[in-house]
Formats: sequence, C-alpha cells, structure tokens
Amino acid sequence: MNIRIPRAIAIAALAALPAAAQADVKIGFLGTFSGPAAALGQDQYDGFMLAVEQNGGKLGGTAVQVVKEDDQLKPDLGVQLVQKLLEKDKVDLVTGVTFSNVMMAVAKPLAESGVLFVGSNAGPAPLAGKQCSANFFFTSFQNDNQAEVLGQYATDRKYAKMMLLAPNYQSGRDQVAGFKRFFKGGTVVAEVYAQLNQPDFSAEIAQIQAAQPDAIFAFFPGGMGVNFVKQMNQAGLLHKLPVLTVSTVDGTTLPALKDTALGVLAGAAWGPDLPNAANKAFVAAFEQKHKRIPSQYAAQGYNAALAINSALAKTGGSTADKAATRAAMRSAGFNAVVGGFKFNTNGFPIQDQHVFEVAKDAQGRVSLKTIATPLPALRDAYVGECPLK
Amino acid sequence: MSPAFLLTQVLNGVQFGLLLFLMAAGLTLVFGIMNFVNLAHGSLYMVGAYVAALTYGRTGSFALALVAAVVGVFVLGIVLDRLGFAALHRRDHLDQVLATFGVVLFANEAMRMLFGSAPLYMDAPAALSQPVVIAGFNYPAYRGAIIVAGLLVAVGLHLLIERTRLGMLIRAGASNRDMVSALGVNVGWLARLVFALGAALAGFAGAMVGPILSIQPGMGEPVLILTLVVIVVGGIGSIRGALFGALIVGIVDTLGRGVLPGLLHLVLSPSLASAAGPALASVGVYLLMAAVLAFKPDGLFPVRHS
Repeated sequence: MNIRIPRAIAIAALAALPAAAQADVKIGFLGTFSGPAAALGQDQYDGFMLAVEQNGGKLGGTAVQVVKEDDQLKPDLGVQLVQKLLEKDKVDLVTGVTFSNVMMAVAKPLAESGVLFVGSNAGPAPLAGKQCSANFFFTSFQNDNQAEVLGQYATDRKYAKMMLLAPNYQSGRDQVAGFKRFFKGGTVVAEVYAQLNQPDFSAEIAQIQAAQPDAIFAFFPGGMGVNFVKQMNQAGLLHKLPVLTVSTVDGTTLPALKDTALGVLAGAAWGPDLPNAANKAFVAAFEQKHKRIPSQYAAQGYNAALAINSALAKTGGSTADKAATRAAMRSAGFNAVVGGFKFNTNGFPIQDQHVFEVAKDAQGRVSLKTIATPLPALRDAYVGECPLK
Repeated sequence: MSPAFLLTQVLNGVQFGLLLFLMAAGLTLVFGIMNFVNLAHGSLYMVGAYVAALTYGRTGSFALALVAAVVGVFVLGIVLDRLGFAALHRRDHLDQVLATFGVVLFANEAMRMLFGSAPLYMDAPAALSQPVVIAGFNYPAYRGAIIVAGLLVAVGLHLLIERTRLGMLIRAGASNRDMVSALGVNVGWLARLVFALGAALAGFAGAMVGPILSIQPGMGEPVLILTLVVIVVGGIGSIRGALFGALIVGIVDTLGRGVLPGLLHLVLSPSLASAAGPALASVGVYLLMAAVLAFKPDGLFPVRHS
C-alpha cells in the first residue's frame, strides 16, 4: 500500500507531462461549476472548449492548455483561485467568470496582474465605466444590455403599464434600471423585488394580478426562472399578458420548462436561430457533441475562444508582449456567432441586441426564435465614464 | 389593497405553510425522539423531487410518481440510518451537524453527476394545471391540491401518533427512550422507522413541489432553513407545533413579501419603500424566530410532558 501511492502519483505525473510540455499558452478558466447555477458555467466552458477542439487543441496556431477552476459562486474563493492561476499555474490568459459578484471581487487582482482577461458572461457596470481596464475584454454583454433591449421593445409596442420584477440584489436592480433607461411613453406601475433564490413566487404573482399591467418585465436567472415561469403558467397569467425576461428562459432552463414556456419573450444578443454562417456551424457542432441546444452562455464562451484565437494569431502565439497582445485583442477580427461584433473602447461588445420568443424549432424542440431587433449595434451606457480611448 | 387580494395572499401563505409542515413534521419527530439534528432532511426532499420527476417522465402518471417518491425516500431513509445515521444518535449535536452537512454536499454533487446541473422537467397533472378563479383572482388549482394534501397528512399524522400502538411507542420513546427499551421494545428499529417516516414525508414534499419548483441540485437548502425556523417557532418534537409553526411562518413570509411593500409605499417615499420593503420582508420570519426564542424559548406549542 505504501509503495502503490507514490507509484500512482508518478504515473499520473508522467501521463500529464507531455500535455504540459506541449502547451505554449496556458489559459485559466474561472467559472461557477457547482451549486444551483452550475449549468451556466458548464455551458460557458463547453462552448469555449468546443472552439479549442475544433482548432485541434490550438488557438492562434499555438497549443493551449486550459486550467479549469470552480469558484462555487463565492467571491472570496474566486480571488484565491485567480491568485492560484496567476502565481502557481502562471497562466498567460484568464477567461470565463459567470457571476458579477465574483467578477467584481477578482477584477482588482486581475487588472493589477497585467494578464489579459476575456470575460464570457458577467459584465458589471463599474467595469464598463469608471473601473474599466485596458486588460479586460468581454464577449458577452454589459449586464444592462439585455434589459435595455426589452425596454426599447416595450416602448415600440406602446405598453402603457409595465410591472418590473427582479431579485433584490445588485444585478436585479441594475436590470430594472437598464429596462427603465429605454422604456419611454408608459409608466412603471410597480417594481417588485423578490429574495435571491426564493423558491415560491405566489405572493409576487398575486401582486401582478392586483396591479393589472399591460406587460411584465422579469429577471430571474437560473432555477428562479424555472420556478417563476411554471408558477405564472399555473396561475393562468403566462398567456394573458406579455412576459419580457432576461436570463430567465434560456438554453439552461428551457429543458426544464418545455412547452410551459412557449410565448415568453427574452432579450439577448444571441439565439440559436441567428442566420449567420458561423452561428449555424457552431450550433450544429455543439448539438452533435453535447446532444442539447447550446445556450447563450455556450455562445459567449465560444466567442471568447474565437477572440483569443484571433489575437494569438496576430501575436504569433505569444503573450510575452502585453501591450501587443492587448492591441491584438482590441482589433480582434473574428466571425462571432452573434453576427457583427466589435470591442468598444472599454472592452465591452458593440453588437445587435434582439428579442426572442420561446417557440418550437424545425425539429419540434422548444427553443428561442428571433422576433425583433430593437437595438442594433448597441453600446453600453457606461462607456463615457471609462477613461480608455 | 382589496379584500380579495388579501384573501389570495393568505391562501398562498397557508399553502406555503402546509408545504413547510410536510418538511417540519419529519424533522421535528426525528429531533424530538432521537435528539438527532439532520441537516440532510433537505436532501431527502431533493431526492423525492428527482424520483417523482423521473417517474413522471417515464410513466406519465402523477399518482405513480408520488408513490415512487414516498416509497423510494422511505427506503433511502432506512438505508441511511443503517449506513451510519443510527451511530450518530448518541453523539453530540456538533458531530451530527457536521456529518449530515457532509451528506448534503455529497447528495448535491451526486445529483449533479447523475442528472447534470440543468434542472429537470415536471409539470402538474393535466386535471390540476389550470387556475380556478377566487374572488376575481386566478388561483392555481395545483396549489389547492397542495393545501388538501398537507391537511390530509396533518390529520393522518395526528391519528397515527395519538390513536395507534406505534404512535404510543413513538410518544413513549420521546419521553423516555431507556424505559421503552427496558420494556422490551426494539428502540433501534423504532428510531429507524421514525426516521424513515420523516424521510418519506420529505420525499412527499419534494414530489409535491416538483410541478411548481425547479428540480435541481441544491433545491433542498432554502427549504431546510425555513423548516428549521418552523420547528424553533413551533417547539421542537411537537407535531402540533410543526403544523401551527409552519402555518405562521408561511403566512408571515407570504404577507411580508406580498403585502408589506405595498403598505410601506403608503407611508414612505417610493425610493425608501422600495429599498426597505424587500429587506424587511426577507427578515420577517427570522425576526419572528428571534422574538419566539426571546419570550418562549421552548417554542409556541411545546411538547406537553404529562
């Protein structure tokens, strides 16, 4: 027994050795892979790794090694893991990050390290504005974007009375603010803040019935969204009034909702039916590998890998010259699966924001269908506060 | 704020309370009789929901899904007890909390590895999927079914504990375990049966919430916390306390979320009200618990020792 353990370690070390020796660029992937929100991090990772595999384990012609770390949705753990990635693994790039609270916690150590960061989900407002960093790039969105497009949609549809619902934490209040930024011509009759990770929404649903709005806006990510949509349906409200949502019906929750969610609207930059060629290839490859429809998180992860691919190709696979890598990333040209995509001066995307409706796809599966593009080439609201030019 | 609105909210509170009662009844029995703090009670609830969703998906029968969840988690309770929970009964509470918390982490990861991180699908049976209209408000028929099921379980438990020989042994075991043992009753099996019964109730609760909640790893923890509040408010070890405690917590929580913010808007400025309302609503049940602990530390409906 005493002999076997060291031998096993030695074999494991030998087995790991060739891969480590070949990798020229090390990428740290920080995400939320456990707990109720694990599906989001997993999709970001699956999307990212799909692009790496399609390129034969290389990005920008250079072999890459991805070190995956689970922050468990704990900001303090996220900081420790970023330090581990930077100091022990000595990664050349960091990507991922699922939640904004983790993102805000790791922003400082990441920015100070000078290592390039490509975020594929969380896009908190401070990092787009005053606390922006030349080393940060995001292939997802600025958090407000998806609510803003629904605000514009509600304006276009001339909804007179809107009711807004979100969990009572920073991101929930940001989403409500984002919606109101573009909602003109009508009134917000009520704002209801539920508790974060609240399972039962009966009290809120009764308030919707009492307020009698023309439409509602809801931001309930993950399992909360499943609960909310199921309970709205059982109260007979889902098909009585338009339900505009952010991060509530998406690739991670639709399999648990199926036909229940038909007709619900969602604001996002990406959906599986976007007609560009890159997206068609991405969706087909993802479905073949994972036997499920990719979510927007998978698309954002895939875009992050494409962006890194493009930047590394320009620098010849080296990240030694930080300024050159930064410049290469900023001008990265790649076929993003959202169609047109550009990094703004603060590193956040300039991309079309669409409204999707939950509907059956050609194969009869419940998916998202594009119904409007109220805000083409949207820039975030905070770029003016960012000193980067 | 119309009377109909208040009525709907009270009904919502009662429904939520009865759901908490299903959880609290098992937890409080196990705590009262075996002096065993079982944090994994929420995991049993999660397993019940998974078993129900998978059975419903395979067979399309909601009744079968309920039976599978109750029987499955009952058996799981017996297995867990044999595998080590029984050995924890005589240890102190810290050991019990640590060990069962470990089981919580293990169960969540096990579900994630077996069924993935994405939630599972389960809908209400067709007969109950439509709302009924009560005083102008749509009330989901399925929630009505939860109220009925919760009341039936309450009556059933009352009859079991007060009117049967098994119930007599359970009450006797709670009062003086050693004496019951000396009288020739296998206390080990009595405890195991009570634990499995509590587990089955948690499994039943999990199956009942399947159609309204997201079935996913970690779904047991938010409910477990409120369940602990219920048994502290109601009085540890008391089924009657669990029922009334659960109804009080359910109604306080629902009215706190559904009515309090509206009331605050009448007296405070909109920005202050929208900040204070949700904050107060989220701590309402904990304030209640703190008040109960301060003034009636044994709970509002403690076990009567005659």
